[in-house]
Parts: sequence; C-alpha cells; structure tokens
Amino acid sequence: MHPKIEIRGLHIARKKQSILRGVSFAVQPGEVMMLIGPSGSGKSTLLRAINRLLEPPPNSILLDGEDITGLPVTELRCRVGMVFQQASMFPGTVAENIAHAATLHKTILPKERIYELLEAVSLSQEFAATDAAQLSGGEAQRVALARTLATSPDMLLLDEPTSALDPHATRQVEETLLRLNRERGLTLIWVSHTIEQTRRVGGNVVLLNQGQVQASGRVADVLDPNGSNQQALDFAAGEDIRSK
Amino acid sequence: MITLPEFPLDGLGRIGAAAILILISLIISRWREADLEKDLLIATLRSFVQLIAIGYALEFIFNLDSPLWTLTLLVLMTTIAGRTAAQRGKNIPHAQWVALVSIGLGSALTLGILVAVNVFTFDPQTIIPVGGMVIGNSMSVAALVMKRLASDFHDQRNLIETSLALGATSQQAARPQLRTSLQSAMIPIVDTTKTTGLIKLPGAMTGMILAGASPMEAVQIQIVVLYMIIGASAFTGLTASYLTYRQFFTPAHQLCFAD
Repeated sequence: MHPKIEIRGLHIARKKQSILRGVSFAVQPGEVMMLIGPSGSGKSTLLRAINRLLEPPPNSILLDGEDITGLPVTELRCRVGMVFQQASMFPGTVAENIAHAATLHKTILPKERIYELLEAVSLSQEFAATDAAQLSGGEAQRVALARTLATSPDMLLLDEPTSALDPHATRQVEETLLRLNRERGLTLIWVSHTIEQTRRVGGNVVLLNQGQVQASGRVADVLDPNGSNQQALDFAAGEDIRSK
Repeated sequence: MITLPEFPLDGLGRIGAAAILILISLIISRWREADLEKDLLIATLRSFVQLIAIGYALEFIFNLDSPLWTLTLLVLMTTIAGRTAAQRGKNIPHAQWVALVSIGLGSALTLGILVAVNVFTFDPQTIIPVGGMVIGNSMSVAALVMKRLASDFHDQRNLIETSLALGATSQQAARPQLRTSLQSAMIPIVDTTKTTGLIKLPGAMTGMILAGASPMEAVQIQIVVLYMIIGASAFTGLTASYLTYRQFFTPAHQLCFAD
C-alpha cells in the first residue's frame, strides 16, 4: 500500500525571510497532485522539504502519519524519489547512472532490471551502453526518471521535470509519468511551470502564492474559466499574481 | 642576559649589491609601463624587514635552546599560515578554524613522525627551518583544497543533490569532489617530485651547497625534504578536505551554503 503524505502548517524561512507560510494539504496514495504558482511562491522549497533536502520543522510533514524528520533520511529519500528540473548525469553510461543507487548500497542492479526501467521510461535497451553525457535533454530526463525508479519509490516529487524540454519530449515525459501512475499506482507531486500542462495532466492541484495555499482542489474546478479563482487564471494567462 | 647577534656588515654589502637586480626590474617595469614599481618596492622592503626580523628571532631562539620556545614559534607560524590559508576559503563557514586545524595536524604529524624515527632531532636549529618548510607547504595545500572544494560544491550542487535524493549519504554524494580537491592539491607536489633534479635543483639542496655542504650530503637532505613535503601534503590535504566537507553538510545529509 502506498503511503499518504500530509503537510501540516509548514513554515520555512531562509535568511529571516518566510518562503512557506503555513502550507497545509494532503496527497492520497496513487494521486496526481499538481503544484503551480508564480516563480518564488515556494513550490521547489516545498518539494525539497518533503525530500528533506531542506529540513522541515518537526511534525509539519507526515508520511503515513509518521513525522518525516524522525525517519532515517536516506531511507525516506528512497521511498520518496525526486526528479529535478535539470537532469544531472553522473559520469559513465546510462546503465551506470540507473544503477547509481544500487552502487551506493554496494549491490548490483541486474541487467534485466536496467532494461525493464529503460522500457518503463520508453527508452530502448540500446541506451544502456550510451555515454550519459551524450544524451539529449529529453533522453536525460527520462534516464533521470528511470534512475529514480530504480530505488522503487512509493511516490515521486517532480520539480518542473519538463521545463527544459521541447514540446515533443515534454509530451513523452508526461505520458511516461502518467502511465507509471496508472499502472503502478505511483503517487506524483508535480511542480508544473505551465497551466496548459496542469490541464493536460489533470488530477488535483494546489496553487501556491507567496508561500501560501491560494487555492486547491480538482484541476478542472480550480482552473475553471468561470470559477472564482481569478488569480489562478491570471497566472494561467502568464501574469504574475504577486502584482495583483 | 641575552645579547642579540650583530648583523654582519659584509652580508649587508652583498644584499646591497644583489639589490641591483631590483633596480633593473624597476627600470624594466617603468620602461615597459608594467606599473609594478610600487609593488616591487613594497615587496622588496617587506621581504628585507621580515627576513632580518626572522633572522634575529631565530638567533634568539637558537641561543635559548628551549623546547618550549621552539614549540611556541612553531605554533605562531602555524597560526599565521592558518590565517593566510583561510583567506582562500572566505565562503567556507569557520574557514579560519578549518585551515588552522588542517595545517596544525598535518605539520604536527609529519614533524612528529620524522622526529620519532630519528630523521631529525627536536632542536631549534633543525626543527624550526624544517617546520617552516612543512608549515609553508601545508598552508598552500590547505588553501588549494579549501578553495577547490568550496567551488566544486557550489558548481556541482545539482549533481550532489541528485545523489543525495537517490539515498546517498553526504560522504557518498561528495566523494568525487573530495577526490578531485585532494588530487588538485597533491598533483603539483607529485609532479615536482617526479622532475626534481632534472629541471632545477630544489631549494634546500641549493641552500646547503651554497653553505658549503657536499652535494651528496645535500641530496640526502633534499630527498628527506621531498618525502616530508609529500607526507605533509597528504595529511593536511586529507584533513582540510574532511573539515571543509563537514562545513557544507548537515547531519541529515543536506547540502547547505552560508549565502
């Protein structure tokens, strides 16, 4: 059973400046939760806190009812995988990149498992021997996804995983992620930089603004052109809602 | 009552004669508009005053022949080296402390081993000049390691955090940067050791030959000095890389920057 994640009044400050100010919401197992908001609204900070790349205050993020600050951090990070905006490749082949986590634990990731992971991200087996430095942006992002999936996470934190990709590669990554959600019940918390993508992916959405939850609910409701979330729609139109 | 030794006048005459080279350098700088005259003059005067002062201080301490005074001078040299090296790591939290401990530990271990295996005796005439070489070299290594590591952590933040997010401990995630920083500090010394005697005669050996020692005597000491510098670089580099790394990671394996 995949776990539920609960954010409870999360506050995070840096250099005496509040980045997140009392953020609360819950993500159910197998759910796709989109996180949107203008730049600087705290979306990436929130993902980093869930992965504990930033330390959240105790009892502000719960994984299946357990405070994540009380969990062994390396274990938590394997359960809650994170895919970054920029796919950084370790020196070596694609196979070595996918086996990175296994290498850390001094185990060997079988070749079949590497092929299976490549297939899961719609890449052929031939990619295994490719030098990771030679990959295109879209390929690198899918290898980064396969590398994260190799730790068998229960949920994925996606920090604008398609923002550096062209429209074709964006669609491929989106399809891959949604298929993983459908077929494996993988929970996705997905920071998106476009409203179009948020509509395409669907599911639920949290709109962050200045470190606070501005609106949340079904994508169709929150982004309803006739609804009350005018600020969200301003954002959709590319306007900075902080200036409103 | 301790009397300070007099500076030999014929020595002063030699220095004055050698200063002709500084005068020529000043003329070249002026002629080619290199704008180095002021720096050259300051450097010349500073080195003169500093070296004369250290000459008197050494004579004074040699005459005292006290282990406590010898140790005090070594600690003072280490402190100055620590402050100098720390300037290369301004963006590192507690840089002063990191540099001081690295240089102190690296130098103490190196000198301790050499004294323990009877290569050198712990008398001021031996241990102060040898200590100076060790501390000076450790200072360069500490500065190089600190600067390289801080800049690599900053530039490769994304890669390090990718590894952390895949379940790596901070030590595992920072291993490539730790390795590179140590290599960058050690390679110049290893390369110098490889070519020593082929390109130029090393400093200690040149000094001994000028002072009247036989070439074979000078070579023996030079070989010891080279081994000593490699050892000091390894100890200091390892300590500096570990302590610098500790400044950038939390116990929860998070990479953090002071800025």
